[in-house]
Formats: sequence, structure tokens, C-alpha cells
Amino acid sequence: MRSDRQHRAPLGLKIAAAAGLLFLHLPILLIFVYAFTTEDKSYQWPPPGYTMKWLGITWQRPDVWESLGLSVRVAAISTAIAVVLGTLCAAAVSRWKFFGRETISLLVILPIALPGIITGIALRSAFNLADIPFSTWTIVLGHATFCIVVVYNNAVARFRRTSASLIEASMDLGADGFQTFRYIVLPNLATALLAGGMLAFALSFDEVIVTTFTAGQQATLPIWMLEELVRPRQRPVTNVVAMVVVLVTFLPILAAYYLTRDGDQIGGHGK
Amino acid sequence: MTARTAVIGAGRAGIAGRLSDIFWRNPRIMLALLLAPPLLWLGVIYLGSLFALLIQSFFSIDEFSGLINHEPTLKTYRELLVPANLDIIIRTVSMAAMVTVGAAIVAFPIAYYAARYATGRWKALFYLGIMLPLWSSYLVKVYAWKLILAKEGIFNWLIGKLHLTWLLEAYLQMPLIGGNSLSVSYTGTFLVFLYVWLPFMILPVQAALERVPGTLIEASYDLGASPRQTLRNVILPLALPGIIAGSIFTFSLTLGDYIIPQIIGSSRLFIGQAVYAHQGTAGNIPLAAAFTVVPVVIMGFYLWTAKRMGAFDAL
Repeated sequence: MRSDRQHRAPLGLKIAAAAGLLFLHLPILLIFVYAFTTEDKSYQWPPPGYTMKWLGITWQRPDVWESLGLSVRVAAISTAIAVVLGTLCAAAVSRWKFFGRETISLLVILPIALPGIITGIALRSAFNLADIPFSTWTIVLGHATFCIVVVYNNAVARFRRTSASLIEASMDLGADGFQTFRYIVLPNLATALLAGGMLAFALSFDEVIVTTFTAGQQATLPIWMLEELVRPRQRPVTNVVAMVVVLVTFLPILAAYYLTRDGDQIGGHGK
Repeated sequence: MTARTAVIGAGRAGIAGRLSDIFWRNPRIMLALLLAPPLLWLGVIYLGSLFALLIQSFFSIDEFSGLINHEPTLKTYRELLVPANLDIIIRTVSMAAMVTVGAAIVAFPIAYYAARYATGRWKALFYLGIMLPLWSSYLVKVYAWKLILAKEGIFNWLIGKLHLTWLLEAYLQMPLIGGNSLSVSYTGTFLVFLYVWLPFMILPVQAALERVPGTLIEASYDLGASPRQTLRNVILPLALPGIIAGSIFTFSLTLGDYIIPQIIGSSRLFIGQAVYAHQGTAGNIPLAAAFTVVPVVIMGFYLWTAKRMGAFDAL
């Protein structure tokens, strides 16, 4: 088919592609080096020496743990809501054709298609108008809204690959709708939901723009990092936190990749 | 015969069974039940808030008391056209355009190699090599650039080692794109935007290039075209929908961002920063709301044009 696969790639193209990939990865690798530098007053390069002590110091920081705890809590609740709502929506859109079907797909995508700052300020002013005090739940409200789309994308792709005759066969053999769901639909859907859920978790765990508008006094881990970015006070601790965040987000992405690689795509389009 | 009718006629027993029968016979009830929770959530919480925001952009703020005047007016929108605010809009849109062009140029070779030459394990490696930076933390990526562009950081160290400090200084002397150092110049802001949104450009371009049939390229060579001519006249036009699809992301994300220009860049505001400042300390929600309408309108036009050029097939 693609005959030019047999030919070697031109040297210029190889160099440009390799340079592009290096450009994407070197800055992230740099974070790993900085987490072990002995310098704590500036961003000096090359690091004057290497040490492991910042890992221990970060471990003992209550504010880091508190932010991490809040981030995990928010991401877990938002993911749970997004999995339920996204699956329901995907089931409806992929099983039936009905008036307004396209509009629903658009509505689901809208929260990530519009700049985050719009979602953020819209929610904030709505909370103000409705006199809702800021809390963990206001953060969850924002996060779940834009997490629905990743679950939805993964679930729709899987529903399309699952043939409707399987469901009909199950009903013909005497199972009722709930049994069919439990024994036929859910096992088929499970890995797609797991992948979608992990991506939703990663998305929520990392979100900062909407969160700055919906968080009030609480700080999620990204908010904690943002404060450090604007006014650096504890560079070594920030370096370690940055490294941990990179590691924590890489794992679900790798897992989601292995769960969905045969066939459908990870809903990475339009984070 | 009777047995058969009995089987068909018999309903399922129990509440679950009966419910399941009702759903099977009336798909509309099932559909409504499935759609109600997500539509309520998105419709009430999300669209409701957006609509409330839009309405507030038609209010105005009383200059003397600082209170919000709830009579509908276009006064706030006129305020957007004040030179200072118009500057912000032009600055943001030109930055978004530059970032989009830059991302397309850097993304193309990566996407081309991944789509046409990488096979097997290399293909998987390219895929993860694009996915991991895409999904890794936005703030960490911005932080990495703060480390790189710091005065004592790796970039200046490298420039010093290569004895190119004079070149960097000459570059920073230039008006508009220069500044005291890279981390407080538009060039710095541009680099970070380019870095953070690049994967969003690579993926759709790669998807578009995957669909270019190899026979078409072969035909072009057979007919005597040079590689350059093939690229220009065959591959680029076919990749264009992918580039436009990617540009939707790079353009929209740059328009709405307020964190990158705040951390790496000159002190001059972008739309996102203006929105943040007006809703926060200034308490001027109507102007902030009117500012958010600008990217929505621009993106509306952009999407409309993109749709006409067939970009959505490449998403």
C-alpha cells in the first residue's frame, strides 16, 4: 500500500521529527534533574550538586499533603459523576437516532471546546448569583462538567464496536434488561470505561484554570503549584512536587493506552 | 402452537422484569431516562451558567458607586473598543495566530514521519511520545519553561557555552519581540504557548496524513514531480483539513489562556488576564463577561470557516 515505507525517510525529515520530539520531552526531563539539585535559592544550571533530602522534606509538608488529598478527592468524585453521566449519554446517542442527537454531542464537547476561563467565570458568577458558598463541591461541579466528554468519547467508540444483536440475543434467551446490562453490556464496556475514567481522573487532577474560579480558599495541588509559580518561596519542594505530578499523570495515561490500544482511540483529542 | 404464543405473550416476572418489558416496548421512555441526568447536568449547570454570564455582559457598572446597573445596555461592549482594551484583543489574537502557524510548522515533520515511515514499535513509541506530553500536567510544563528561561537557567548557560550571547542580546534589542530577557518577552510567551499546545496540532495532522493514499504519492513521482513538488501540490493540500483541525485547538486554547502570559511574558495583558482582573479585584463582572464573549465570537467564526473547509472530518 504505502510504497514509500520501503524507502528510507529523507535525512532532513528525520532530523526535524527527532528535534520536534526532543523539544516535547526535554523540558519534562529537566524537572527530574531539578528535583535533586542542592541549590535552593535559584534555578541555577548546571546544578551545583545532587541530593535526595528534598524528597524527605516534601514528604513532611502538611500543606502539600492537604492539597494532594483535596485533588484526589475532587478527581475521584468528579470521575465517578462523569462515568455515570458520560455512559448514559453515550448509550443514548449510540443506540438510537433521534432529533437533536448532534446537538447533544456538541453540548458534551462544549465545556472543553470553549476556553476554560469562560467555563470558570460562568460558574463563578452563577455561584455568586445563587449564593452558593465555595467548597469542595463547587470544584467538583466544574470538574465533572468537563470530564464527561472523555468518558463519553471512550464509551461511544466502544458502543459502536459492540453489535446490537448481542443485546437482542440476550433478551431472546430470557434475560431482562437489567440482567442484560449486568452480564452483556457492562463487561463489554468495562475497559473503555476504565480508560475513560482514568483519563477523566488525570484531567481533573491537573485542572487549574476552572479551579481558580470555583475553589474559594481551598487549594488543590495545581492551585498550590500556581501560587509557587507566581511567587516562588520554596523552590526545592516545588521541584519535587512537579516531578511527582508528572509521574502520577503518566501512569493512568500508559494504562489507558494499553486498555484501549486494540481498536478504538484514547479520547485524547481535545483535552 | 399454543406453547409458542405463551412464550411470546408471557411478560417477565417481578418488578425488574416488568420494568424491563416496558423499556423494551417503549424505547422512548428508556431514551428519556438515559438522557435526563446528563442533559440536566449539562443543561442546567453548564448552559445555565453560560447564559447567566452572557446576560451580565449587557449590564453596566456605575463608575461612581462601582455598583452593577441591571438595565440592559450595550455600554459595556462599547468599552471593549477603547484603545487599551482593543490593544488587548489584537495582542491576544495575533499571539494566537503566531502560535498556530508555529505549531503547524513544528508539528508537520513529526506527524509526517509518524504517519508514513514509523511502523510497529516505532509507531507505538511515536504515539506515546505525543500522548505523554499532551497529558502531562499543564502547570508542570509551564514550570519547566520557567526553569529553562530563568536568567541562571539552562538556556542562557547553553548560549554562553556556544559563545552566542551577542546574538541573543541583539535579538532581545529588537522592538516588540525582544525585552529585558527571554522570560519577560513575547518570544518567551510564544515559546511556552507553542510547547504546551504542540501535541494538539500533531494528532489531527497525523490523522489526516494517515489517510493520504500511498499510491497518490507514487503517481506524483511517476509523473515526474520532484519531492518538493509532491509535498507542495499533493501532500500539503490533503493535510490541510488536519492542520485546520489542529489550529482550532491551538487558536482557542491560546485565546483563553491567562496563566502562561502571567508567568512568562511582559506585563502587558492578554484577554484571559483581562477577564481575570476585571472579575476579581475590580469587581467589574459586566466587562469581564463582555471580554469572554470576544473569544467565543472569534471561535464561532473560526469554526464556521473550518467546517466549510472540511476540517471536522479530520478530528
